[in-house]
Amino acid sequence: MPTPADPAMNYLEAFGEKAEAISLLTWALLILSIAVVAIIALLTAAGVTMRRTSLAAEDAKREPVLRPSGGLSWITVGVALSTLALFASMAWNAYTMAAVNRPPRAPALTIEVIGHQWWWQFRYKSDDPAQTFETANEAHIPIGAPVRLEVRTQDVIHSFWIPALGEKIDLIPSQTNVTWFEAEKPGVYRGQCAEYCGQQHAHMAIAVVAETPEAFQAWRVAQLHPAEAQQGGLIEGEALFQARCSACHTVRGTLAGGKLGPDLTHVASRLGIAANTLQNTTATLSGWIADPQRIKPGNKMPTLDLQASELGAIRRYVQSLK
Amino acid sequence: MAVADSDRSLELQQSGAPARERLARIWEGEAGLRGWLSTVDHKEYGKRYIATAFIFLILGGLEALVMRVQLAGPNKTLLTPEQYNQLFSMHGLTMIFLYAQPVLSGFSVYLFPLLLGARDMAFPRLNAFSYWIYLFSGLFIYAGFVLGYGPNDGWFNYPPYASMRYNPGPNMDFYAIGMILFGVSSTAGAANFVVTFLRARAPGMSINRVPILTWGTVTASFGILFSVPAVSLAFFLLWTDRQFGTDFFNSGQGQPLLWQHLFWIFAHPWVYVVVLPAMGIVSDALPIFCRRPLVGYTVVVLATVATMVMGFGVWLHHMFATGIPYLALSFFSAASFVITIPSAVAVFAWIATIWTGRPVLSTAFLFFAGFIVMFTLGGVSGVMTAAAPADQQLTDTYFVVAHIHYVLIGINVLAVMGGLYVWFPKMTGRLLDERLGRWNFWTVFLGFNIAFLPMHWTGLAGMPRRIYTYPEGLGWTAVNVVTTIGAFILAAGVLLLLVNMYVSRRHGAAAGPDPWGGPTLEWATTSPPPTYNFAVIPAVASRHPLWEGSLDESGERSSLQRGMILDDGKEMLTTTALDAEPDAIQKMPPDTLAPLLAALAATALGAAALLHAWIGATIFTLLLFAALLVWLWPQRAMGQISEQAHV
Repeated sequence: MPTPADPAMNYLEAFGEKAEAISLLTWALLILSIAVVAIIALLTAAGVTMRRTSLAAEDAKREPVLRPSGGLSWITVGVALSTLALFASMAWNAYTMAAVNRPPRAPALTIEVIGHQWWWQFRYKSDDPAQTFETANEAHIPIGAPVRLEVRTQDVIHSFWIPALGEKIDLIPSQTNVTWFEAEKPGVYRGQCAEYCGQQHAHMAIAVVAETPEAFQAWRVAQLHPAEAQQGGLIEGEALFQARCSACHTVRGTLAGGKLGPDLTHVASRLGIAANTLQNTTATLSGWIADPQRIKPGNKMPTLDLQASELGAIRRYVQSLK
Repeated sequence: MAVADSDRSLELQQSGAPARERLARIWEGEAGLRGWLSTVDHKEYGKRYIATAFIFLILGGLEALVMRVQLAGPNKTLLTPEQYNQLFSMHGLTMIFLYAQPVLSGFSVYLFPLLLGARDMAFPRLNAFSYWIYLFSGLFIYAGFVLGYGPNDGWFNYPPYASMRYNPGPNMDFYAIGMILFGVSSTAGAANFVVTFLRARAPGMSINRVPILTWGTVTASFGILFSVPAVSLAFFLLWTDRQFGTDFFNSGQGQPLLWQHLFWIFAHPWVYVVVLPAMGIVSDALPIFCRRPLVGYTVVVLATVATMVMGFGVWLHHMFATGIPYLALSFFSAASFVITIPSAVAVFAWIATIWTGRPVLSTAFLFFAGFIVMFTLGGVSGVMTAAAPADQQLTDTYFVVAHIHYVLIGINVLAVMGGLYVWFPKMTGRLLDERLGRWNFWTVFLGFNIAFLPMHWTGLAGMPRRIYTYPEGLGWTAVNVVTTIGAFILAAGVLLLLVNMYVSRRHGAAAGPDPWGGPTLEWATTSPPPTYNFAVIPAVASRHPLWEGSLDESGERSSLQRGMILDDGKEMLTTTALDAEPDAIQKMPPDTLAPLLAALAATALGAAALLHAWIGATIFTLLLFAALLVWLWPQRAMGQISEQAHV
């Protein structure tokens, strides 16, 4: 597993060519903005201190009214300087827009991103149907290569956003939006749904695992495998899973073929569960299967009132899906 | 408008006690509840607008405080997700619709005729109607909230989450119908401001002599007239989508993005609707305390109008992440930079006024000086979001939440509070306490900045908006704690203002007609003004009628004590649109319950539609027409037919 670069969502530090161009522009505008506010604040404060009268408010009218000249030059100079700064920013903005609009090289990979209330479906596309596979909430990409993203939604509007790798793109019903990103360094990059999408908008996170091309290839091959036939102590868990969970979840290679929830064929290899709301551990997985409505109130996975022994069996089976 | 040819002898007279008594008899309405409900006096409605808007400000503020407690740490469970979502939606729509625009309408409704030297708005009954239906639209939406059906899709209300499929409760129907009613209010109010501005100015007050506040308001009113139809239509179509299965915004035949276009082509101009009159307040009141006229009157007016015109060409910058084509992205991004230039004109005009004036540091002045800096901060963070690639990172994060609060609190609330210190004495005859005022200003100013300055960082650290909770370890906790503390300090500041108003209303120092030595006509009449505002119609010879003595820039003098009295009935002078030459005498309507009844019937019609009570809807439609008939029924007192018969 690659070491997490920076799990934070801060986008002033970027990890890909595209995100770097954007963060540079953001920094430039930020510094310019701070400078402008500082100048205006100083001008206002200095004007107030240097020009103030000692009169109390109620005596305001004792100060004579005059019309000294020279005021207009403030406007002329101030607006001229502001306009220059604005046009410089506009030019930089246009340059950056052009730079990030298209990937510099042909994309190595196309991932279809499909938003659901409240999880992410990733479909790795290929011309060869046998090379196509699906996963959920965690996408792996090779470093050093642009990745093409085709985003759409199954229900309401969502927004796909990995701050360290580039800008957000909305998932709008009845259209497919296309964008791209690229990671330079291996690491786990966190993202989150950025367009309000209902009750659990807060718990709709994404993990993008960027790894070396070799590691990515190995992951890809592993993902293409269907689940292995179970034996021994896991047979009971598999049967229970098919009885209780398969209406919504798919485990490729078994009878479970539900399409409403995430594909769980390799769920045990993922870092997080419940759209990365929880880390993937024995305790959190048990808690989630036992009562998903307590952890993500309003989410579409029902609380099934499982017996303790059933829960254990299902949890052990799910943990075997590596 | 009933207009009479002025073929009577209109002598210029001094205002004496007998004339004042006659005018008072003509203009004063009934006492008691009936009088309170049926008055058409603009000063009453100005104060009611401000009071009602402040009640909504307090409600929206309390909603914010509850949310801030929920967000004061990671994984808090004070609120359920649904409760949080209703609270942030109510907070947004309350502040943006029910507070920010109506409070400015309040100032303008109160001040317009006084600033312009008129006796009332051009359409006093329409004025009453727009207040009542504003009040009822607010109550309508809050009724849904109280019943547990508050809107829960934000003030922006994007389908398909707002559609029946994902939102089957009546939550969105309360919002949709409430907003249609609100749109009636703002449209009626805007039409009234435009006509009053063009036709009810004192003779001699040519269009380049009016106070900036009236320019700000009339510009905003044009904005309302052109933008509100889009949103009223959008809410109506959404309602038919939900109730009758039409398909405007669903993903079948319709387009969810259509909603976003209709909404933002309204909501971006709306930003200027809720700031331009506030900028007008500062442009008019700041110079009083700098003891000089505003620097650059003409360029500031042109900048005001230019802002509004350009404001209709930038709506797409709210949709930079929706996957719009590159060309459109480039155009709207560039336009969003350019719109900053007129704002720079205003900022440097205010700074020049301070530097070339002699500022008296009253509480009002402090609010206006603070306003200039906060205006700049909210402006430059807006420029950052104009850059499309940067905005695609910034949008839907707390950076934009910080930005919108610098715009709405910095540019609207600070100007309103400063404006209250200036004109509360005019409205009540008593000054607000200055000592309490200092505490008020510093608590608001510091609380506001403690709450919202760090919030820029919260956004840059990647915290998305509209999430009811967040995990640990992302660097969001500390800044959120600071914001929560700041929010409570800000709330204490607002409370201090309320205390000051409550105490000063009874025990404040007497204001006299002109406590600050102001330049404009409202300071020429008593505080509070008589029902008829001015005993004689003033004749205006310059931009600063009350400063002519000290400025002494031309030989001409405004005439404030001698002029037409117009006491042959409830009458007002109308003048020509550009030069303000006397044109006609307008007969003014007596007090009437018709506007209130019409507003009630319209609201009841909305409620019946919400409940699918079609018989009720029919009855209320008929009642609405009946109220309009009573309203518009020809009255002898308002007609000129009999007068012409004398000729």
